[in-house]
Amino acid sequence: MSQRRIIDSQEYLRRLRDAAEAIGRRVSFMEVCGTHTVNAFRCGLHSLMPSNVRLLSGPGCPVCVTSQGDIDMMIELARRGDVTICTYGDMLRVTGSGGNLEEARGQGAEVRVVYSSLEAVRLAAAEPDRKVVFTGVGFETTTPPTAAAVLEAEARNLKNFSVLVSHKRIMPAMRALLDSGQVRVDGFLCPGHVSAIIGYAAFAPVVRRYDLPCVIAGFEDLQIAAGLARLAEMVRDRRPTLENLYPQAVTRWGNRRAQNLIRRVFRSADATWRGLGAIPGSGLSLRGRFARFDAQQVFGLSAPNSPEPPGCRCGEVITGRVEPSECKLFGTACTPVRPMGPCMVSSEGTCQAWFKYHRPQGSLPAVTGVEVRA
Amino acid sequence: MCLAVPAQVKDCEGTEAVVDLHGNRVRVSTLLVPDVREGDWVLIHAGFAIQQLDAQTLEETFAVMEDLRKHAEGGTP
Repeated sequence: MSQRRIIDSQEYLRRLRDAAEAIGRRVSFMEVCGTHTVNAFRCGLHSLMPSNVRLLSGPGCPVCVTSQGDIDMMIELARRGDVTICTYGDMLRVTGSGGNLEEARGQGAEVRVVYSSLEAVRLAAAEPDRKVVFTGVGFETTTPPTAAAVLEAEARNLKNFSVLVSHKRIMPAMRALLDSGQVRVDGFLCPGHVSAIIGYAAFAPVVRRYDLPCVIAGFEDLQIAAGLARLAEMVRDRRPTLENLYPQAVTRWGNRRAQNLIRRVFRSADATWRGLGAIPGSGLSLRGRFARFDAQQVFGLSAPNSPEPPGCRCGEVITGRVEPSECKLFGTACTPVRPMGPCMVSSEGTCQAWFKYHRPQGSLPAVTGVEVRA
Repeated sequence: MCLAVPAQVKDCEGTEAVVDLHGNRVRVSTLLVPDVREGDWVLIHAGFAIQQLDAQTLEETFAVMEDLRKHAEGGTP
């Protein structure tokens, strides 16, 4: 069986090359999920792709798309003596205008890394004298756990728990990116775990409105290769459709219970994205009933209009407009050890993946004609 | 951040379950998938089971992953 499986993975790459050759021009597919970003690099997929096919990373890494103002609010809160910040580990080293959460912790701030939002609720219950703030960051996959935490805090009648909400929705960002006309995309590798929540039908408007193929893919190398092969075949055949290649986890309508939980606790709100700016309806805020759990209201905060680090091009990287190596800071002033921009901080950021796994011999050469590597 | 991993439910209790996650026993919330039972496969993200997995297609995925692992360790196909 082993032999057959390995041939299968080669089969997808062969199909991708065949389709790419038939297309006869440069094509760019975009993934919008940090896990796709890092896995495609880690398994060397970029170096195996036909030279006229590029896989761009879109605004799919929540850490990377969080605006500088939102990060500054987190750090400002952390520096208050009476607040304990609970955060997923990804946010710890994201640098704002005045340092990052890790540095703040080193200077005495109470910052705790949690694996689950419910840990933050339990901490608030256990330490009633501390004001516990959970940093609600992430796309639709991560939002239901935050909603559950708010409901749990309500059920426990906690007075010292709140959420600094910067959750975002992927679809408005994809639409904004396409409408901006700043990047040409020939199809989307859609995020598997966001789709597990929102359902694959959510991506149908991209196919209808923009005439672009969309494939829901899992995260193993084989699954990503299969997704790219199908995208290329649909471009070749000029038959853009929506395909679900991750049926193990993704259904047409997703997890309705999780969707209902999001709707019960949050309402849609405008949000500011790094690289994309303000996008109407692309974020979430707590419904009025839960206002007492809204850290911004509790502490009277509003996101400052903070500038991004000088010279940092993360915003252009996460919208597929430049490659990390085009940033002057990349690999010199900005490295995983001392990151300046969020794309280098996050283990799923494009710059970090590029820094770790991208090799010059596997780089994407300028395409002239239909040069396809054998 | 949207990383999620498959795990098998070992024991359900109210809105929580103990799952086998690559050999580790982990307690997770089943609030988002209240109908899961012992033996079911679920996708775990940030301490929550976010979706029940289709067992048959999942076995195929594991077979592929196992083959690739052997292939990677063995050096030659």
